[in-house]
Amino acid sequence: MYTLNLAILIPFIVALFIPYLYRRLPGVHTGWFVLVVPAALFVLLASYIPTVAGGETVLSELPWIPSLGINFTAYLDGLSLILALLITGVGSLVVLYSIYYLSKERESLGHFYVYLLMFMGAMLGVVFSDNLMVLYLFWELTSISSFLLIAYWYHRRQSRYGAQKSMLITVTGGIGMLAGFIMLSRMTGTFSIREIVANIGQYTDHTLFVPAMLLILLGAFTKSAQFPFHIWLPDAMEAPTPVSAYLHSATMVKAGIYLVARFTPVFGGDAVWFWVVSIVGIVTLFWGSFTAIRQTDLKALLAYSTISQLGLIMSLLGIGSAALYFDVADENSVYFSLAVFAALFHLVNHSTFKGALFMVVGIVDHETGTRDIRKLGGLMTIMPITFTLAVIGSFSMAGLPPFNGFLSKEMFFTSLLRVTELSFFSIETWGLLFPIIAWIASVLTFVYCLILVFKTFFGKYQPEKLEKEAHEAPMGMLISPVILASLVVAFFFFPNILGEYILEPAYGAVMPTFVEANVFEHSIYAWHGFNTELMMTLGVVGFGIVLYRLLPSWKWIYAIFPAKLSLDSLYNHSLLTLERKSTSITNRYMTGNMYHYMVYILITIIAVVTAVFAYTGAFAIDTSNDAPISIYEGFIAVVMAVTALSIPFAKSRLTGILLNGVLGYLLALFFVFFRAPDLALTQLVIETVSASLFLLCFYFLPEWEKEKRRPKVKMLNVFIALAVGTLVTTIALSVQSNRLFDSISAFYENAYELAGAQNIVNAILGDFRAFDTMLEVVVLLIAGLGVYVLIKLKSNKGGRDVEGE
Amino acid sequence: MKANDVILQTVSKVAVFIILTYGVHLFLAGHYEPGGGFVGGLVLASAFVLLLLSFDSDTVKRGMPIDFKMLAATGAFLSVGTGLAATAFGVPFLSQTEVHATLPILGEIPLASVVLFEAGVAFAVIGTVVTIILSISEDV
Repeated sequence: MYTLNLAILIPFIVALFIPYLYRRLPGVHTGWFVLVVPAALFVLLASYIPTVAGGETVLSELPWIPSLGINFTAYLDGLSLILALLITGVGSLVVLYSIYYLSKERESLGHFYVYLLMFMGAMLGVVFSDNLMVLYLFWELTSISSFLLIAYWYHRRQSRYGAQKSMLITVTGGIGMLAGFIMLSRMTGTFSIREIVANIGQYTDHTLFVPAMLLILLGAFTKSAQFPFHIWLPDAMEAPTPVSAYLHSATMVKAGIYLVARFTPVFGGDAVWFWVVSIVGIVTLFWGSFTAIRQTDLKALLAYSTISQLGLIMSLLGIGSAALYFDVADENSVYFSLAVFAALFHLVNHSTFKGALFMVVGIVDHETGTRDIRKLGGLMTIMPITFTLAVIGSFSMAGLPPFNGFLSKEMFFTSLLRVTELSFFSIETWGLLFPIIAWIASVLTFVYCLILVFKTFFGKYQPEKLEKEAHEAPMGMLISPVILASLVVAFFFFPNILGEYILEPAYGAVMPTFVEANVFEHSIYAWHGFNTELMMTLGVVGFGIVLYRLLPSWKWIYAIFPAKLSLDSLYNHSLLTLERKSTSITNRYMTGNMYHYMVYILITIIAVVTAVFAYTGAFAIDTSNDAPISIYEGFIAVVMAVTALSIPFAKSRLTGILLNGVLGYLLALFFVFFRAPDLALTQLVIETVSASLFLLCFYFLPEWEKEKRRPKVKMLNVFIALAVGTLVTTIALSVQSNRLFDSISAFYENAYELAGAQNIVNAILGDFRAFDTMLEVVVLLIAGLGVYVLIKLKSNKGGRDVEGE
Repeated sequence: MKANDVILQTVSKVAVFIILTYGVHLFLAGHYEPGGGFVGGLVLASAFVLLLLSFDSDTVKRGMPIDFKMLAATGAFLSVGTGLAATAFGVPFLSQTEVHATLPILGEIPLASVVLFEAGVAFAVIGTVVTIILSISEDV
């Protein structure tokens, strides 16, 4: 029943056992255990294909915090299935590849696979979650796990930098997205995406509609490395190559695409959504392909090409969303919505050829020791299989037949040509720019694909520049890219199988109204006549070859953009400034003197609380309702006051601690008087334990020297003490007479029926507010470990042995 | 701390058992009467503190070879775990339940899942308090 929820959790559960397996069975590469997870999940998810292709969806709901409407709801439709199959399918291949790529002698594989499984589970959670909050949780978990994976070789400075950069950018976007989600749920009154989609028509005029949309887009753009947030992706290439192949081409960066697709039924058809998504997409497409050409590192080149391809998919989704502007019955709408179909098709194609290409680059790096194209060349005869794979991958990326990239590229051109026919959102003026920019970007794409293949595999072999003697990769390392490359070819020859079983259901999930109206019908053809699209492709090839030939003569164009003015340096500069400023501010108030901190805290309390109470008029003391004070109570109050006043005059630490203890015990007596035995008990024990703790600590401290302070400071201290005392007393008195809210005790009166407990205090602690208690326990544990670590660290510094040594 | 504490040590030997018993009682009584995991744990911890004060930490360690850091971690795990366990039965996170069992001599007694949760709290309290005190006293 909870199969889907379990599918998300299985990677996490397996991850728990990985460190043990890694340590207990050092003879076996840990990757073999991990491989079982994505492979099994892939088979499981593939078994859903017929169901989903039949137009059904699967939903399983696990209550989490039902009182807040937050439930762990897993929802499977065409769109989540397509992503989930990529995550588990490419995941299996990547794990298989990593077994040969990462040496079990040199690398700490335990960590690596825990992070990878964590990422896999988080990613599945993102695509399956129907609840916005759960989606956000998994979304950030992908950021965190990718941070850990990028920083896997943490001893390298660049790895740490790249990890920090990707984390800062994607998490910032994620927080924006959270705000967007909250706005969306405020508008619609639900956290469930299905319900939001079902009722969206009513909210398009809401004031929060556009802000929520933009914030959600911010999350999607940062995650999918769209311009101008793309700067993190090239630096993320510091991760091991299997990670780059997996996270930065096939899955994590697709999360933003997924999000945009998922929310197209919500926001699509709106002018803002159309313009923002398609323009950001097309700019990213152009800028990515333009910058890719200047790269000398193969992985950096692929990183920019990924950015550009993601831009392509994004722009297609933006264009496709315009279809929602029309009525379903309108013929045009189906015609325009084809862009969404093309986007999904390219999404799958990109994962296959880019995954293969990353693995190819990994092989080149692994077998020659460098990824610098200035040092590489002539590897064709030495690594024939890798060469073939590279050709298949890059020609598919360049959009040539007989590879799947050709098909989606043609559909991309078709969709962009249709933009020129649109006549709303004032697109008439700018529509023509879309196909032009796209065509230029495609030429540039073709050029960098040629660079990738020719500079690496043709030309002269220069063994003196390589760190290792080049040779073909071992078979195991080739299996995964061979499978991906076969898919590249297979999808070209049999695109309609993919189209019917995978793409159409996914299209249906993005454009639900169209499927309901049953107006969508599409088949993919490799040969579609001598039309504009084909001419454009021929033009791409022709101009591409010319540009590649003339590359040295127009490379000066990149010198126009000086490194100092790039977005990267803006990022670095603002980060540095932030660090420097915050350090200087922090140094000003963090003096390391406990006295200062106390003064800050107390003055803040006096100022803030007095202001708030005065503002709300809460200082109203009314003693008429108060119970009379009995003799015992009055007596104890006097004793307490005397004790408290004598603490400052205590001659030694011991006296001070004991007086403090007396105060605590007397307070416990009050609890007894007022019939709060639980509190009294706790107070007594706490007082005992903390007094003995104090004694233990202070027993060994040097003699107490009274601090000599200037009279001015002394006056300040007295003032602060008096002010705090007066304030707290006034608050205590006015709280009695101000009932701003109803008493909450009524809520707990039926504790016995609800929790079966007669002791209401424990019913609250263990049942009604068990979440608080649970987290308090965790806080306590952290505090305890903190003390332990601090003391052990200190003794370590002092040259003493740490425990166990 | 090395000092001649014969009286303290003798009294402690007896008192510790009384305190421990009382701590367990408080822990179990929590559902219906004053007590519960937190107080129970604190009382149990204070028994260990008393031992530490009257004997030195090595003696205590030999008498009770418990890793209190592990105890605290186990407690936190237990609390979170009972919360998670609830979800396995299809009810919200941290839901507690209660069954009434009939035993031969004792008659009908209630068994509440909250006991497990409270046990986690108690373990975490004992573990943390004793860890702190042990670290401070060993540091000297």
